[in-house]
Amino acid sequence: MLQAPCYKVNHMVQYSQARFDTSFAALSDVTRRGVLEQLGRGDTSISELACKFRMTLTGMKKHVRILEDAGLVATEKVGRVRTCRLGRRQLDHEMAWLAKYQKLWATRFDALDELLEEMT
Amino acid sequence: MKSSTTVERKSDREVVVTRMVNAPVAKVFRAWTQPELFRQWWVPKSAPMKLVSFEMDVRVGGGYRLVFEFQGNQMAFFGAYKEVVPESKIVWTNDEAGEAGQVTTVTFENLGDKTRVMLTEVYSTKAALDEAMSNGSLDGLREQFDQLEDFVQPVSGRQ
Repeated sequence: MLQAPCYKVNHMVQYSQARFDTSFAALSDVTRRGVLEQLGRGDTSISELACKFRMTLTGMKKHVRILEDAGLVATEKVGRVRTCRLGRRQLDHEMAWLAKYQKLWATRFDALDELLEEMT
Repeated sequence: MKSSTTVERKSDREVVVTRMVNAPVAKVFRAWTQPELFRQWWVPKSAPMKLVSFEMDVRVGGGYRLVFEFQGNQMAFFGAYKEVVPESKIVWTNDEAGEAGQVTTVTFENLGDKTRVMLTEVYSTKAALDEAMSNGSLDGLREQFDQLEDFVQPVSGRQ
């Protein structure tokens, strides 16, 4: 009914300034944000990404490289195909999501406890 | 003393919340099903949003609709009750996200003067849960960009 994305995330402030700058640059581009959303739905090869975002293979490789440097994407080459998936930073995001979700529910249950004490 | 609230990703498409509540099950069930009680605890006071309208009719075939105002935009959360077993279980859908919306099941375990509440949210696919998680984190990053802009603005203003 009311999900965690509505809540603020403060933990990321803990990341070092350098990493922050890298991910800020990586995420300042609409295509790169689109690539992350696409990879959230499943692993995708660079050529498929190039096709989906209607750009050249070389152009997409540059975008992927920037995301990779920021730790947001990991790639693996098998044969001639380089496959992209969400990187370590995205796994951190899953932890962050669970932490936010936990906080929402802990807050709700604390309020429920207070109400139950007042109820007759 | 406050009890602890545990959250666990049980499977690819399932998240489970458990909490021990210090009250008998009849009372806990009332707090979950009577609108005037429910609204007093469901929306945390610290939430950066305002509840502008609220309806709930907890019975099979009934539904709920909560409308919030957040940064000038209205957001509605709504769904239908699929199963209601007094003092035992409530199941509802979360339809604001369409087909991808999760199904929430809450069960109440009678432990005399205490109640164990277990809430399970099951998403239709792994991708739906992954997306809920990744969208939330991207929102967090976008929010950081705003904070960064606030931080950068006065510096450039001085030049």
